[in-house]
Amino acid sequence: MANGPDNEQASGFGKFIADLPESLSLSYYDTLPLDDWIEWFVKDFLVPNFRPFFQAIQWPVHQVLTGLDVFLQGIPMLLFALIVALFAWRVAGKGIAIFTLIALLFIDLIGMWEPTMTTFSMVLTAVIFCAIVGIPTGIAAARNDRFATSLRPVLDIMQTIPPFVYLVPIVMLFGVGLVPGVIATIIFALPPIIRFTNLGIRQVQSEMVEAGFAFGATKRQVLWDIQVPLALRTIMAGLNQTLMLALSMVVIAALIGAGGLGETVFTGLGRLDVGRAAIGGIGIVLLAIVMDRITQAMGEGESERKENWTFTGAFKRVFMGSKQTAGQRQ
Amino acid sequence: MTDKLTVKNLFKVFGPNPEQAIELAKQGVAKDEIYRQTESVVAVNDVSLSVKERELFVVMGLSGSGKSTLIRCFNRLIDPSSGEILVDGESLTNASDEELRQLRKNKMSMVFQHFALFPHKTVCENAEYGLKVRGIPRRERREKAMAALEAVGLDAWADAYPDNLSGGMQQRVGLARGLAVDPEVLLMDEPFSALDPLIRREMQDELAGIQSKYKTTIIFITHDLHEALKLGNHIAIMKDGRFVQVGPPEEIVTAPADDYVAAFTHDVDRGRVLRAESIMEAPVTLQAGKDTASSAVARMDEVGQDCLYVVDEKGQPAGYVRRDMLAEIPGDTKISSAMESNYPQTDPGRFLFELYEQCAEGVPVAVQSEDGKFLGVVQPSQVFTELVSEESTAGSQDKAPAGAAQ
Repeated sequence: MANGPDNEQASGFGKFIADLPESLSLSYYDTLPLDDWIEWFVKDFLVPNFRPFFQAIQWPVHQVLTGLDVFLQGIPMLLFALIVALFAWRVAGKGIAIFTLIALLFIDLIGMWEPTMTTFSMVLTAVIFCAIVGIPTGIAAARNDRFATSLRPVLDIMQTIPPFVYLVPIVMLFGVGLVPGVIATIIFALPPIIRFTNLGIRQVQSEMVEAGFAFGATKRQVLWDIQVPLALRTIMAGLNQTLMLALSMVVIAALIGAGGLGETVFTGLGRLDVGRAAIGGIGIVLLAIVMDRITQAMGEGESERKENWTFTGAFKRVFMGSKQTAGQRQ
Repeated sequence: MTDKLTVKNLFKVFGPNPEQAIELAKQGVAKDEIYRQTESVVAVNDVSLSVKERELFVVMGLSGSGKSTLIRCFNRLIDPSSGEILVDGESLTNASDEELRQLRKNKMSMVFQHFALFPHKTVCENAEYGLKVRGIPRRERREKAMAALEAVGLDAWADAYPDNLSGGMQQRVGLARGLAVDPEVLLMDEPFSALDPLIRREMQDELAGIQSKYKTTIIFITHDLHEALKLGNHIAIMKDGRFVQVGPPEEIVTAPADDYVAAFTHDVDRGRVLRAESIMEAPVTLQAGKDTASSAVARMDEVGQDCLYVVDEKGQPAGYVRRDMLAEIPGDTKISSAMESNYPQTDPGRFLFELYEQCAEGVPVAVQSEDGKFLGVVQPSQVFTELVSEESTAGSQDKAPAGAAQ
């Protein structure tokens, strides 16, 4: 009873709102045909005029992707599983190596080896191109404040816009299949590596950079000899993030005809085949865990063993093993 | 000796209105007031100085006095707002980026407060850094870096990583990195501030030796007056971006320019700053061949002293006589047979605290140069007067920051 008058008031107010003439809304007069404009821009401007340009972009991605795919599909399953496990052992230790071996054997056992390798080559290609584009962009952003501020909204958009939105223009410009799927993945997974590279370079203590300049080093010498090696750990963390995002894009990329595990999940969904969707999902999860642990260990190793902070150090550790290099320290 | 580094009317202003701020600073407006009017901070305010070759010039000031900004102006890690910097008579203010790099590469190097060692390089690679920038071949730079590491006593650690070293050792690496390039000018920005007291003293003691070995001119920044007095040939006291006083350590202690400096020097152990030469006086002497006991007493009465030195014909001290030694003997006794020939002796560079023991006997200490020349005498009473005279000079302490001179 106490709030009776309030209710009356509210309904009175609601009525007032409802009674407001439609003429108070902008769309009553006219609507902005933004959708038409965008459609015109993509369909009638970009596609006819810039198709060769986009085809040219596609070419290197296509080369790397098919190369990797042919190699990974061709290599015997057991041999590859052993190589990856060995790599995991060198980089991340025994536990992760055993897990890697079991995970890969299990993937083969459930009949998912082939799509897993396709997905693996897609993700790898996407990450390679993200690194090629993202690391230099991040470095440029770290060295130029104006560029960094103008880059930020672009990265924000890339990270918040639903991937479905750019799937359509990608199909228009690149067609369907594996390569457009990889390109969509690159767009989706690119921001973290740029952000982390920028952050990592900026976080290098100013006294270190000053020390470089005080001894007469050029900007380039300071960048490659001091800033990048000291930022390498953060850059590796960014690479790990990029990798994880690329994996999470696998199913969405399957919508535009990219094969692999995403396709398995997608067809399972279409036929309401729970089992099929599940084994595809299990494949993705196992692949994600293996790749995450290995790349994370690569990044952490940078902090533990100082001698491997450099590129050559990381290279050495991968090919000579962590124990050996750790032993050299004594 | 020639001037290595000369600075003329240097200003550095951070903020939006440097010209206006400099104008106000020239009119003598205070730093806070300038900030209120122009939103600009005058970090270095009209600093002029000249540093002689192979000198150790210390700039001493509290945090915020602009000393770190000043030292970064010398190699233009920070660009000064106005004024001139000359290295070997060549102006640095208008140098191009390339000229500047050449200068940093070939003439100057720097040691940092927090070491700024590269954690991804070994100790030796760190020490090599300046040489690597110069483009010197690997073997040669390793050799030079090892020599520098040896000079700081760290050659055994060449292949370790900086993180495995203690703070004191890390700064030795920093010093080796600065020395390896054989710099003409070494800029040291509070190099020992982050070290433990014992290690700090050890490093201070070694610095002079290292400097003479590398024949370098050193500009040394510190917030510790004791360190400044111990190390510096010349000391500049900096406050609010301005040099309050520039002079040799003795002068800073004995003749502080204003209350601010006086407050700093208040509890300085003068015995460790002042040297024999700074308080010695011209000796009143007796001639060994001529004077007798009675003429000696007459001389003592004349100058009002109770103890006089006796010199031989070359003017070198032969001994001393005290009034009480002369009272018992006949007046015509030759002075040379009455004198005590075992006299206290010191050299002009001795600190006063090293003379305490000799002064305890109450006999003036003879100051002799290395070749035995008689320069003067230090009166024991004078030594002790100097030690306590600070009480009278440090007048108004309330204006100075508390705990300024630890």
